[in-house]
Amino acid sequence: MSEKITLPLTIPGGQPAAAEVPVGGIAQRTYWQNVWRRIVRDPYTMACAFVLLLITGAALFAPWLGLPDPTQSNSGQRLLPLVSPGHLLGTDELGRDMLSRLIHGGRLSLMMGVTPVLAALLIGGALGLSAGFLGGRTNMLIMRLTDVFYAFPSILLAVAIAGSLGAGTSNALLAITVVFIPPVTRVMESVTTQVRTMDFVEAARASGAGSFTIIRIHILGNVLGPVLVYATVLVSVSIVISAGLSFIGLGASPPAAEWGLMLNTLRESIFLAPLNAVLPGFMIFITSMCFNLISDGLRSAMDVRL
Amino acid sequence: MLNYIIRRILYTIPIALGVSLVVFSLVHLAPGDPLSAVVGEVDQKMLAEMRASFGYDKPLPVQYLIWLGNALSGDMGYSLRSGAPVFEMLMNAALNTITIGIAAALAGFLAGAVVGMLAGYHHGTWLDKAVSAIAIAGVSVPHYWLAIILVIVFSVQLGWLPSMGAGSAAAIWSWDAWKHMILPVIALAAIPSAIVARTARACVMEILSMEFVEALRARGLPEYRVLLHVARNALPTVLAVMGLQFAHLLGGSILVETVFSWPGTGYLLNLAIFDRDVPVLQGTILLLALFFVLINLVVDILQTWVDPRISRG
Repeated sequence: MSEKITLPLTIPGGQPAAAEVPVGGIAQRTYWQNVWRRIVRDPYTMACAFVLLLITGAALFAPWLGLPDPTQSNSGQRLLPLVSPGHLLGTDELGRDMLSRLIHGGRLSLMMGVTPVLAALLIGGALGLSAGFLGGRTNMLIMRLTDVFYAFPSILLAVAIAGSLGAGTSNALLAITVVFIPPVTRVMESVTTQVRTMDFVEAARASGAGSFTIIRIHILGNVLGPVLVYATVLVSVSIVISAGLSFIGLGASPPAAEWGLMLNTLRESIFLAPLNAVLPGFMIFITSMCFNLISDGLRSAMDVRL
Repeated sequence: MLNYIIRRILYTIPIALGVSLVVFSLVHLAPGDPLSAVVGEVDQKMLAEMRASFGYDKPLPVQYLIWLGNALSGDMGYSLRSGAPVFEMLMNAALNTITIGIAAALAGFLAGAVVGMLAGYHHGTWLDKAVSAIAIAGVSVPHYWLAIILVIVFSVQLGWLPSMGAGSAAAIWSWDAWKHMILPVIALAAIPSAIVARTARACVMEILSMEFVEALRARGLPEYRVLLHVARNALPTVLAVMGLQFAHLLGGSILVETVFSWPGTGYLLNLAIFDRDVPVLQGTILLLALFFVLINLVVDILQTWVDPRISRG
């Protein structure tokens, strides 16, 4: 390793930057290269990324892993304990293989965790950007509307929407998306409003940059860090809430393999096979925690304050 | 400051109206008539009569105004299932939810604040690392899963505590009633205590790096009194976080109440959803959301009162 001093440096109002002062005459690194280096050297973030990759990879390739059919029930082999021959993690209340169901369950659970966040980022991002960039009445209208939805605790709003629309995966997805739009709008609006009035945006405008260029380069450039950190936290919340909806019967429906639903149907078996009954929740917990830890890692690597 | 408080209170009115509108429209998002799901196959004439008696034959905006007007005077209609007045059902359920809510908030706040402040004070030690690890686990834990684990350990395996219901409703102060509360309260307190611990830790660390702490030490103040100063400075932030967590806790109790069959608002809401009992559904969501608005208001005002610098505008 060559000697160098890293000066984390945030130009007030400017793009966050880290100036590298090369002592031994090394090429300078960009801000994102520095962020990447800090992330790679953070053992917790890397460990979590590895676990998530494992869970996601297994879920994605589940049909090709040679696992037993996750919906194939077998009345003669109900609630086999963990480490049974042929069933590494035992079987559930209908004799279905737990390992296969947990891995297959990741498909639906992860999808239900990530999709609402992506949708909310798109919709809330556009709303917040318009509110912040246009200001005035548009801002008033959008932000006051946001305030109304903010007046609901997130789980209550999700349950209320999903409960009114009726059970089903797509209704649950819609419900969670609606829950996440207001906070994303707020983050986006506050950053946009801050950046919009900065001198360098004024300078860019004076030198002939159009609104589109300013949004693309200056605003999106500045908002990327905070939004990325925030989105990872939201995924962690989203996984817990979406599984929670399935848990009370509002999300995925049987016989689908989904962690929250599995936790629900196995609840009656806590007397006979407590360990089997706990496993699906453990998957929700680990996945959610990994996203949380990665968010913490990103936050400190990018020096974001939310 | 008074000015701020008055404006803050006035601002709550449009929010509350917006909330009521959202609640009303939400329930009417569902396809079909609220009655047809409940009464099933009856002859059309009878259905029309029932519809008229419940007011479901009027246009939606009129229905909204009537519903709002009635709700404001404490009349929230009657359950389509049991025929009981919704207001009465709600008050009984709300009492149960608030009971475990307050207990969980107190437990979560005390545990989180003490542990978090200690961790922040002993920054970098094993204690700090252990607290941080538990806190991050606590923030991400699905509380309904934690509830199931608690039931498995303390009810099924050890047989110490009951796993369902609220016990003898007659005596709140009996040991039996307390026994029924312990597990739901722990499950509810987990997330708030973790969030409070994280906030308290960060807050104490920030305050410890301030100059006034050094000045206090330079004057020869004993360490425990320095810690008292730090705690006092951290308190407003931690309290505000706890206030918001309390509000979230009441809304989030749906899942925990379902696990424990705790007869609170969450359990009522869950039943109403699957019974498609529209008046109960509307009433419960409205009550919980308005409670949330109210707590947010109180937290804001308290925070301004504790630390006038916050008073915006």
